Parts: sequence; structure tokens; C-alpha cells
Amino acid sequence: METLAWIILGLPLLSAVTIHLGLKSSKNLSAYLATGSAFVTLVLALIILMPETENRALEWATIGDLKIEIGLQLDSFAKGMMIVVTGVGFLVHLFSLAYMKDDSAKERYFCGLSLFMFSMTGIVMAPNFLMMFMFWELVGLSSYLLIGHWYEKDSAADAAKKAFLTNRIGDFGFMIGILMLWGITGTFTFDGLSEFFDGAHPEVLVPSVTILSISILLIFMGAMGKSAQAPLHVWLPDAMEGPTPVSALIHAATMVAAGVFMMARLYTSIGVDTIGHLWGMNTIAWIGGITSLLAALMATQQDDIKKILAYSTLSQLGYMVMAVGLLDPEAGMFHLFTHAWFKALLFLGSGAVIYACHHEQNIWKMGGLQRKMPITFLTFGIGTLALCGFPFTAGFFSKEQILESAAHSKQWGLFAVAALVACLTTFYMLRLFFIAFLGKNRSDKANHAKEVGPLMFVPLVILAVLALLSGYQFLANNLSPLYNHEGFHVGAPFIASISALVIGGFLSWKLYFNAESDPLANNSLCKIFRNKFYIDELYAKIVGYAQDTVAAIVHFIDELVINGLIVGGFSRAAGGIGRIFGRLQSGNLQGYAALFGLGVILVIYLTVFVS
Amino acid sequence: MSIIFVLIPVLAALAILCGCKARPTALIASGLTLFLGVGSVFCWKADVWSVTLQVLSKPSIHLAMGFYDGMSLIMVLLSVLVLFTAVFAGKAPEGSQKLYYSSILLIGAGGLGAFLSTDLFFFYAFHELALIPTFLMIGMLGTGERKEAAWKITIYLALGSIILLAGLIWLVSASGSDTWLFKDLLASKIDPKNQTGIAALLIVGFGVLISLFPFHSWAAPAYAAAPAPVAMLHAGVLKKFGLFGLIRLYPMVSSGMQDWLGWLIVLLLCNILWVGFVTINQKRLDMMLGNSSVMHMGYIFLAFAALVQAGGAAANPIAIPAAVVLMFAHGISIALLFLLTDVIRQRTGTVELAELGGLAKSAPRLAFLFGLAGMASIGLPGLANFSGEVLVFLSGFENYKGEGFGCVQVATILALWGVVISAVYILRAYRQTFQGPAISVTELAKDLNLSDQIPAIILAAALLVVGLYPNSLLSLLKKPPYCSGCDQSIEQVDK
Repeated sequence: METLAWIILGLPLLSAVTIHLGLKSSKNLSAYLATGSAFVTLVLALIILMPETENRALEWATIGDLKIEIGLQLDSFAKGMMIVVTGVGFLVHLFSLAYMKDDSAKERYFCGLSLFMFSMTGIVMAPNFLMMFMFWELVGLSSYLLIGHWYEKDSAADAAKKAFLTNRIGDFGFMIGILMLWGITGTFTFDGLSEFFDGAHPEVLVPSVTILSISILLIFMGAMGKSAQAPLHVWLPDAMEGPTPVSALIHAATMVAAGVFMMARLYTSIGVDTIGHLWGMNTIAWIGGITSLLAALMATQQDDIKKILAYSTLSQLGYMVMAVGLLDPEAGMFHLFTHAWFKALLFLGSGAVIYACHHEQNIWKMGGLQRKMPITFLTFGIGTLALCGFPFTAGFFSKEQILESAAHSKQWGLFAVAALVACLTTFYMLRLFFIAFLGKNRSDKANHAKEVGPLMFVPLVILAVLALLSGYQFLANNLSPLYNHEGFHVGAPFIASISALVIGGFLSWKLYFNAESDPLANNSLCKIFRNKFYIDELYAKIVGYAQDTVAAIVHFIDELVINGLIVGGFSRAAGGIGRIFGRLQSGNLQGYAALFGLGVILVIYLTVFVS
Repeated sequence: MSIIFVLIPVLAALAILCGCKARPTALIASGLTLFLGVGSVFCWKADVWSVTLQVLSKPSIHLAMGFYDGMSLIMVLLSVLVLFTAVFAGKAPEGSQKLYYSSILLIGAGGLGAFLSTDLFFFYAFHELALIPTFLMIGMLGTGERKEAAWKITIYLALGSIILLAGLIWLVSASGSDTWLFKDLLASKIDPKNQTGIAALLIVGFGVLISLFPFHSWAAPAYAAAPAPVAMLHAGVLKKFGLFGLIRLYPMVSSGMQDWLGWLIVLLLCNILWVGFVTINQKRLDMMLGNSSVMHMGYIFLAFAALVQAGGAAANPIAIPAAVVLMFAHGISIALLFLLTDVIRQRTGTVELAELGGLAKSAPRLAFLFGLAGMASIGLPGLANFSGEVLVFLSGFENYKGEGFGCVQVATILALWGVVISAVYILRAYRQTFQGPAISVTELAKDLNLSDQIPAIILAAALLVVGLYPNSLLSLLKKPPYCSGCDQSIEQVDK
């Protein structure tokens, strides 16, 4: 069985390498190869889902007692996550076959997708933090390559760079955290961590609980980068410069959720009770809560269909992080699981719309698509309902659990934030839905839109089914990475989520049903939302001043003082002597070099003999 | 027999000067050393590889060569890889074929000689001899402000060498050893009173050669002006001489080094952070790479600082392997970057970042290999530099037990910010050179041809092998040390 797991890891790499080295000229074959490999990994992931498997590892670097291993952790947590990765992955490959049909660099695109599948599998199955970190960086690379797929466009090239650098900042903390945790516990492996803590109170195990808490928070910094939590969230909306199927796979369903996955892995290894004794863990929940609120507010005023979905992804990731921060990784992972399906559905749906409207992304230039594209309309509608948490869709159950965990831990501030976000989610998603799909066609492009072909709508239909059903116990029990259902009851969370749905839906209907333009466009508060609270501008200024100006000043001092005055003084003095020699001798460099060589030998001999 | 590594390139250089066809001779000679270098990885045990020949009786100096330990072997492997690829990538200007190829061979021979010497005198002398053709090549066949750059590097390195020599002589006389052989020196004890002074001279002397802050400003202009093979060999191989020397001689002056630990940490952090910011501000690709190579020396120093702080390899077993892997990785990656930058200069006529753009469209293979080398230099997992860097960071935290931070931990954390800085300048340069819309100079640029591709692929393959499986290098370090005279292998000691 573990051989099958190694194949799941290795096959996408093989596909990427084959495409890069051998199949550059045969574009279609590359596409089929990558899709085929994604399909095989999905089948294998389903096969290994049930049986017991052993963990086996390969020594990657060994120095004395230090062993860094590449291995596979095949527990139900990893196996469940593999279903999400390979499932969404395969459907996105399928969709891409049609979406990227005429792209001039199709083989590069599919090579990137295969590379991503490989890296993501590595994160999911990693048995230790160092292996996870390696693949963590590699998904960053594949994300960089795919965002920058159309690198001739300045905006795409800049967005790719921004994504990589923002993630690097997160990884800076992540690495320090890993190092500290290694110092404290002496292990990198998740099994080793659970053995070390073993449910005990941290005070008896470690010299300083504060240091342990700091290391956990630093590790969380990695999750903030990858899962785009405030203040490192700025790269994700820009990442929409990549092809839309990539947004669905990497920047909605899987990679951006890796931060949540990693934190859940950490929490379950150390033990939720032990984590509960640490200091400052509420910060994590609050960062998630703040991110989800800020992003939801920004989403209310975007006009680009992909941008709206991107901010909604940010907001939902904030939810998941909040759940993990509230010491309920089960709820976070359950939401990750349902969200993966319906958000991939929404992104692929938006891809179908963009494809049909000849690359129009502005929702105000769409409209009336329900008649032109009935299947897309219907599936997108299902996805919207699931995201809004409409009763009996998948999103309803998972959102419920997050509200539940906030209520359970008596964090009423966070509970209020979560309820408000739920309300805003309904508001902006229905706004998108009303404007893009209902009403009349507002542009020629929308007027000429046609329903997409079966390669594109089949994945939509499959995802729509999962968006409806994946919250139910018969599926979630078997497939969700962590799932712990405590039975459903009518309480504060239920009332909050239903009223959020009603209020958000009513406001959206009032404002945007049959609207021709945005009635809130001139509201000054909404302008702030539209401009993303000016955070991007602020960062641009900070980078401009703090980094480039400092670099320029440092460079200036380096040239002037260190090179010119201090060290340069020595060299000028020596150069003067050299020039005197130079005048005595032939005056050119050969002469000097020969003299230098002879001189050195002479000096050595003299010193040696005299001594 | 290991003297053959030096003899082959020296004889080939002589043959070239006597009229043999320059490029084929150089290719054959460097190819042969590459073959032998890779071969000696596999037949390590053969005792025929070492040689000892007394050349002076008082003081007793031996022409002693051999693989002292795995570190020597790895550095030889690095040297032969870079030497062969540098010769292959070389494009001599008309009429200077002889000078060009014989100089490259001599630089390579000097580097190989230094890493193979098991006698301190020849260890030093071979490096000095390698510098002379380096200066000549920069001054005579370089580009841009070559004269100025050549003067600068000559003066700096000459001063550094003199200081180093003073340190070495003091070291030998204070040790009371009869010979200059490493095995005798390392077996002797030095009075701690003398160690402080010796350590200072070694740090400054070797430091200048490694471009330790504030003695770094020779490096970037020299590499920018140098012909590509010289930049590859100096930045890739010769610069590692200083680090190699520090690690080799460390056991003799361990307490002296400890006295300078604070300074060492401050200076290495300046290398990483200060020079890192200087690198961000560079406007030219070659100057940026030159500065980045200065910056990355800081990480290797960090491993050294961790070693010094722990007080020896027994207390921090990760430090030396970390430094060695990173030396190898950096040597290969910077050589590849200089090689490809030279191709960019040939194809477009410029290395000014502002004048480039969109090169990936017309030269995808160049873009791919440059991207790979760039990603290696910013420490992407799967490529050799990551293996080195992660081990360096681990060595910084090796003795950390979860209480307050020691100075090495603080240094490691600050050094980690350098990983962000490297990503900033490499991605900026890549974005500026290869991405965005194509412009007139890049639109019709030709992609890599076969003779550019072969050396680039060899170097890229080395990066991948060590990156994907660092144990391939680390296992070499575990082999028992042996050299002429030091027949006491670790196995025998264990018995």
C-alpha cells in the first residue's frame, strides 16, 4: 500500500519532468499526460483511503544523530486531505483541457500543474516539519510559475513576484518557529511531537512556556503567508492574474488552505489541551477573525468576478484559521473540506463565464447569463448557496461548526465577527449572482455568450453535487481529513447563521436586484472598501521607503565610507606604493603581478629561513 | 599521485604556451581532471592518491598532497566541476587564445593544489599562485572598468595574503611543530595567550580573501569586470579557500577564535544584511551577482560561528558539514549564474537591468536555467543551496534548549531575514530581465546554443543532485580521513 502512496507523490513529478524535457513540442500530449497523472493519483488516493498503511521514510540528510527524512505519513488526516487535493486537482485538469485549449504555452501550464500536484502531495503526506517546509516552498514555486504564466504581461509578472515574496516573509517566521520547536523538543516529526507532549501540561516538559508559545506563533507566521492572513493577505487578490483554473485549484481550494492544514497538523500532534495551556494562542483566532471581516468588507465593492471570489476566499480562510485558533481544528478542517469543493466550483464557474464572455471579468458588463448558460448558471447558483451557508448545503454544516466552536469557548467577540461575516458573505455573493447572471445583457460580449462544452461543465456538475452533499455525515465521515460531528441542535449558532442569511440576502436583493449600476459606488465608506482599506498602497510606500531607500543609503555609505575612506585609504596607500614600483618597473599590470608573485615567494622564504 | 590534479592543468597550460591548440588542449586537460575528480569520489580508499616529498629540511616543508579528509574531496570535486565548465564556457577574444586558456588552467591548478595540499606552506602558496593569472585576466581581458577593478582586487588580496601569511607563520612557530604538515600541526597545542592574536590575523587575512565585511568591496567590481570563466573560478572556487582554511585550522586556535566570536558574528551579519541591502540597490546584473556572492559568504561564516561558539565539532557536529555543503552549493550556483550572465551580455550587449526585459520569450532555455540557478541561490528546496542553508540554520540552533537565545541563535534569526532579501533581489532581476514585454534588444536574442548548454547543464545537474539528496555529499564527509602519513583512520582510532 505504501508503494501506492509513493506513486501518488512521484507520478506528478514524473509528469512534470517528462513534459519539460521531452514533450515541449507536443502540446496536446503534455496536457493529456498531466491530466492522466492527476486521474491516476485520484484513483490511488481513493484506494489507499481505507486500509491501514505503514509509514516508511528515506534518509535525506544524516549527520550523526540528526536525521532529516523524506517519508509519508499515511494517517486518515493526510489521506482525507489527499482526496481534496487529487479530487479538485483532477477536475481542474479536466476543465483546463478546454479552458487552455488555444494557449500558446499549454505545455508549460500543464507542467506547472503537475509540479503543483507533486508539491502539494508532499505537504499533505509529510511526516515532519522539515519535509513539509521543503514542499511548502515548492508549492510557492509552482504558484509563482502559474500566476506568472502570462509573464509577458507586466501585471502577471509583478503579481507572481509579490506572491513569492510575501510568502517568503511568512516562511521567515515559519523557519524560526521550526528551529525553536526543534530546540525545545528535539524532534521535527509529528509523531515525535505527540510523544514528547503526550497530553501533559507544558510547564513540566519545557523550560519556558513563553518560548514554546512564541515558537508556535512563529510557525503560524508560515500559515499567515500561505493562507494569506492579514497583514500578509495582499498577494492573494493579485494572484488572480493567473489562469482561472489555477485560481480554483491553488488559490482557492488547496494551496492556500495548506496553512490551515499545517496548523491543524501541529495542533493535533501537540494536543489541543496542551496548546490550550500556552500563552497568546487567542492571537491566532483573532487574526483569522480580523482577516475574514476585512476581506468580506473588501469583497462587497469589487467589480471583477475573480476578485470578488478571491476576497471571499480570504474571508473563508480567515474562518478556518479562527476555528483552529479556537482550539477546534476539526471544525477548521471540515470547513476546509467543504469549502474546497464549492469554492473550486465557483472559480471554475467564473472561468466558464469569463471564457464564454471572451475574457470579460467585470460583472457590470455581464448580466442575463441565466438564459445563455443554464448549466453554469445552475451550478454557480448551487455554489453561491453553499458559500452563503444556505440550510442543507455543505457550507451550512461547516460554518455552523465554526460558529459553534466560538460559542462553545465563550468567545463572543469572535462569534459576533463570524456572524457579521456570514451576513456580508450572503450580501456580496448575491450581489455577484444578481448582477452577473440575472437581469438583461449589459454588453455585447455577454450577449454573445454561449454555454461551455462538456469538458468544462462536467467538472462543474460534479463539484455542484459535492457542494450539496459533502457536508453530510456519510461523505464527511469518510472523506474529510478531520471530522467530529456532535449532532445538530438549534442554538445561538443556528439562529445567528439563519438571520445572517436573511439579512444579507434581503439587503442584497433590495440594492442589486435588477440594478444597472452600483448604488453604493459614491458612498465614501464603500470607497474605502473598494480600495482595500488602502493597505496595498501603504505597503508599496513602506517597501519604497523602508527597503529601497534604506538600500540606497546603505549602498551609498558602503561606496563612500567603507570602500572610499576606511578600507580605500589603505588600498590607496598601498596603491601609491604600487605605483612607485610601477614607475620603476614597466608600469603595467603584468609587471606588477610578476613582482607580486616573486615578492610573495621571497617573503615566504626569508621569513621561513630567518625563523 | 593526487599531484596529478595539479600537473595536468599546469602541463596543459605549458603546452598551450608552447603552441598546442589552446581550446582543445584546455578542454581535454580540464575534462581529464573532471574525470579523475569524479572518479576519486568512487575509489576513495586507494592509498596511491597521496604523496609526500620533502622540499626543504629546515624548516621542514613537504610537497605533500592527498585527500586529507572528505572536505578536501568535496572541494576538489567543486574545483574540477567549475574548472571544466569554465573552460567549456570560455570564449577567448581573437589573438588572446593562449593567454586566456592557459590562465584559466593555472587558476584551476592553483585552486586544486590548495585544496589537495596537506602541508600548510603549499596550501598557502598554491592559492597565491592562482591569484596571479586571476589579476592578469581581469586587467588584460576584462570588460568595463577592468584596470581599476584589477588594481583593487590585487591590492586587497595581496594585503590579505600578507596578513594571512603573518598569521600562519605565527601559528606554526607557536605550535612548536617540526613540520608544516597538517597532521603534525593539528596534533600540536598552542598556548591560549598566542591564540588570540593568531586568530585575529587568520580572521582578517582569510576574511579579506572571502570578502568578509568590511573588506568586501573588491569583489563585485572584480567579478563584473572579469572574463566569465575567471569570475566563475574565483567566486566559485578560490573564494572558498579562506573558509576552507578557517575550518581546517580551527582546532589549533579554538580558544582564540572564541575571543573574537562577537566580532565574527557582527561582521557576518553585516555580510548578510548590510551587503544584502547593497545588493538590492544594484542596477546591473553582474554587480548584483558579485554582491550576492559576498552576501552568501555570511551564511558559511554563520556555520563557522556556530562551530566556534560550541567549541568544536564534537559539541556541534552539524556546523562543519553545513559549511561544506553550502560552500559546494554556492560555488556551483554562482558559477552557473556568472556563466549565464555572460551569455546575456553576448546576446543583448547589455547587463543593465533597466535595458533588459522579456528575454524569456526569445530565449526560453536561458530563462529556465537562469531561473533554476537564481532559485538555487535563494535557497529553493530541491536545489543544493537549500540543503546547505537549512543545515547552517540547524547548526545555529543545535545547542538551543528552549530558554533565552544565545548570540548564535540571534544571529541565525537575523540571518534568516537574508533569505527574504535574496529573494527580493533575485526575483527583481529575473522579473526585469526575463519577464514583461519583449523589447528591441531582447526580441531577436538567440537562445543558448549547445556549447553554452553543456556546461550549464552539468552545473545545474550538480545543484539538483545535492539538492535532492544531500546525503550524496554528506556521506563523503563521513569517510575516514587519510593522507600521506596520516594513516590513522577513524576506524583504527575506534578500535
